[in-house]
Amino acid sequence: MRSSGSPRIGRRRPVLRTTAAALSLATTAVLAGCASADTTAQSSSSAQPAFKPATQKDGSQITVWADSTRLPSVQAYQKSHPNVKMKIVTYDGGADGSTYLQTKVQLFDRTGSGWPDVVFGSPTDVTWASEPTKPGAQPFAAPLDDKLVPQSTLDGFAKGSLAPCQFNGHTYCLRNDIAQVVLWYNKTLMDKWGYKVPTTWEDYEALGKQVAKDHPGYLVGSVGDTNSHESYFWSGQCPAFSLTKPDTLRSALQDPNCTRMATLLDGLISAKAVTTKGFFSQGFAKESGSKVLMAYGPSWYGQYLFKAAFNAPAKQIAAASPLTWKGETTAATGNVGGGVWMVSSHSANLKASTDLATWLTTSDENQTSAPTYPAYTKAATAWLANPANSGYFANDVSKPFQEAANEVWTGWSNTKFPDATAWSSVVLPALTAGKTLTSTLPAWQQEISNEAKAHGYQVVNQ
Amino acid sequence: MTLLETERVAVSPLRRGITPRRRGRGLAGYLFVAGYAVLLLAFGIFPTGYSFYLALTNDQGQFTGLNQFLKVAQDYRFVPAFTNMLIYLVLWLVTLVVLVVLVAVVLRSRVRPSTSALFRFLYYIPGALAGVASVLVWLFMLDPDVSPVSWMLKSLGLQTFAAVLSPGNLPLILMLIAFWTGAGGWMVVMYGALNNIPDEVLEAARMDGAGPWRTAWHIQIPMIRQWIVYMTIMAFATGTQLFVEPQLLQTASLGRVSPTWSPNQLAYVYAFQQGDFNGAAAISVFLLALGLLAAGLLVARSNLFKLDEK
Repeated sequence: MRSSGSPRIGRRRPVLRTTAAALSLATTAVLAGCASADTTAQSSSSAQPAFKPATQKDGSQITVWADSTRLPSVQAYQKSHPNVKMKIVTYDGGADGSTYLQTKVQLFDRTGSGWPDVVFGSPTDVTWASEPTKPGAQPFAAPLDDKLVPQSTLDGFAKGSLAPCQFNGHTYCLRNDIAQVVLWYNKTLMDKWGYKVPTTWEDYEALGKQVAKDHPGYLVGSVGDTNSHESYFWSGQCPAFSLTKPDTLRSALQDPNCTRMATLLDGLISAKAVTTKGFFSQGFAKESGSKVLMAYGPSWYGQYLFKAAFNAPAKQIAAASPLTWKGETTAATGNVGGGVWMVSSHSANLKASTDLATWLTTSDENQTSAPTYPAYTKAATAWLANPANSGYFANDVSKPFQEAANEVWTGWSNTKFPDATAWSSVVLPALTAGKTLTSTLPAWQQEISNEAKAHGYQVVNQ
Repeated sequence: MTLLETERVAVSPLRRGITPRRRGRGLAGYLFVAGYAVLLLAFGIFPTGYSFYLALTNDQGQFTGLNQFLKVAQDYRFVPAFTNMLIYLVLWLVTLVVLVVLVAVVLRSRVRPSTSALFRFLYYIPGALAGVASVLVWLFMLDPDVSPVSWMLKSLGLQTFAAVLSPGNLPLILMLIAFWTGAGGWMVVMYGALNNIPDEVLEAARMDGAGPWRTAWHIQIPMIRQWIVYMTIMAFATGTQLFVEPQLLQTASLGRVSPTWSPNQLAYVYAFQQGDFNGAAAISVFLLALGLLAAGLLVARSNLFKLDEK
């Protein structure tokens, strides 16, 4: 250090001055129009070239990415199909808004190799996988209706359940499971206290306030989870994420369908019948798990919330059909999750890949013992007939489950960004700070609109 | 050092031809720096150049001038992310400088050497944990349901983890994590710097009637000023690169923390969610400019690279 340097100092200023001059020159040069900084992939959703499969190699190895919940199903396929060469990789499966798959595919598209053949993902994943990630790239997901999966198979899925897979007239994924929202309740307690199971939102509200008065501490719901908005606002047909055109998002949270749900929940929150703590938040199960009288949530709440998290004894928990508003006949419900299987358009063994995806989603052999409610109608019947899936409950869940499966409102679209970010990072902290849902709706709408614009959507707020 | 300098004087008339001895010595020097230079080129200079290239072009490779910078600066998440980072940086740098120097001075002059060694060791331990592990420790510390100091959190009115992680608290929480992991190492460094001050100087100060605090303020701190500047530059650089901590808090809080809380996270979202590597590069250039500016100011103001005239 000591033996060098000192003569340099004198020379530094001119260098700085030159740099500054060069920079200001560059700035002026730039003001004369240059190419647009927008990404091209976003704006060109039309005119995609027809799907060109990679060179097929019969019997070549296929790589499968699955989440840990679906891993046993893939392993079962390997066991019953020993001839198929498979490499099975476990990853997060897109849970909780993870973008791992997207990140990896972006990089594979840059390096030109490495794509998995079959992946389990979330419906959000299909929004980017059905489009090129950069100019000249082939969309990651293969159009399965294009000579890969027969139409008769596609027709066998529950009504609307393939909607998240469909873009530009093609079907890019097979829906594994649906998570239709139903009304969950503790039958033992309801019977003991002589409460009638509500069928309308008005009854639900009245009962909630009654419970708060008669049995303080008991709850009829929660809005504190990352997906609570899907249980309540999706079911309430609130146009928060409505794609009116492939590139136009309608997010109108002042719509009466949104405000009346917010008002209803605000009333229940202030009565302390609905909590702003998440069912799945740290410590909730221990503290209040046994005090959940009702919960409005997806079909997997039974096994994963009441049984696994709350440890509710068997034959206590029951399910009822989705709620409606008084005087309105159209039943609608929400959907909280439900995965999809995609086949890579780069696969060198489309035959084996498609066969695996079809087997996983439609075969009774796999779906009868699947962890969640199958989207394929025939498999769902077999699933409900399996005592392992229904024996735990206090009533027959088949009717509410099947009914709700066909009532999922299709006006809540999957967008290129997860619908949970704005809810979790804007609405939930506001609720924790004691603000009302009604007063937070504008901020929520603002955040959704900003996110949508950043992802290349036109936004309508009316 | 003295040997080197005498030799330099001996061979200083460079233009008169290079002696074989001189060439041999130079080669060894180059060999010594070669390893670092290669790595610096591969993982420092080249990626920087590449990000400049990306930031000035679009995804089709067309020259876009400063449009990428304009685009990201107009992004609705840009100003909040940089504001978050700056609040955090101010909190973190002020606490770091004040507390580290204070603790080092106290350990050097007010505590017995054996006790001082023990404390330096204790302060240093958290620094041995990797960034991720330290965040996990703090996740437990900050969750009122499991925290060993939950009484403290609850007495502050923070009943739930969600309340602890409310947006206004985040800069403070991240500052705590950074201080806890980073400060111990700097205390050891500062202590070393204080050790370099000759005893005669301190003795002279004492003879002149300076008490411990006056000695610290007028003798010790000015004499380690360059170390403090160095620490500030390094801490500023790590501070602007804030990524792992908010990213983990985002996951652990089930999304209550914005996924674009810091500029680095915003760049990550640009690259890997929006597929816009050019926009991500533009954000990273902003960060580079900010870091260079701060370092340049500090270096120029403090004469960090000026050599002792001895």
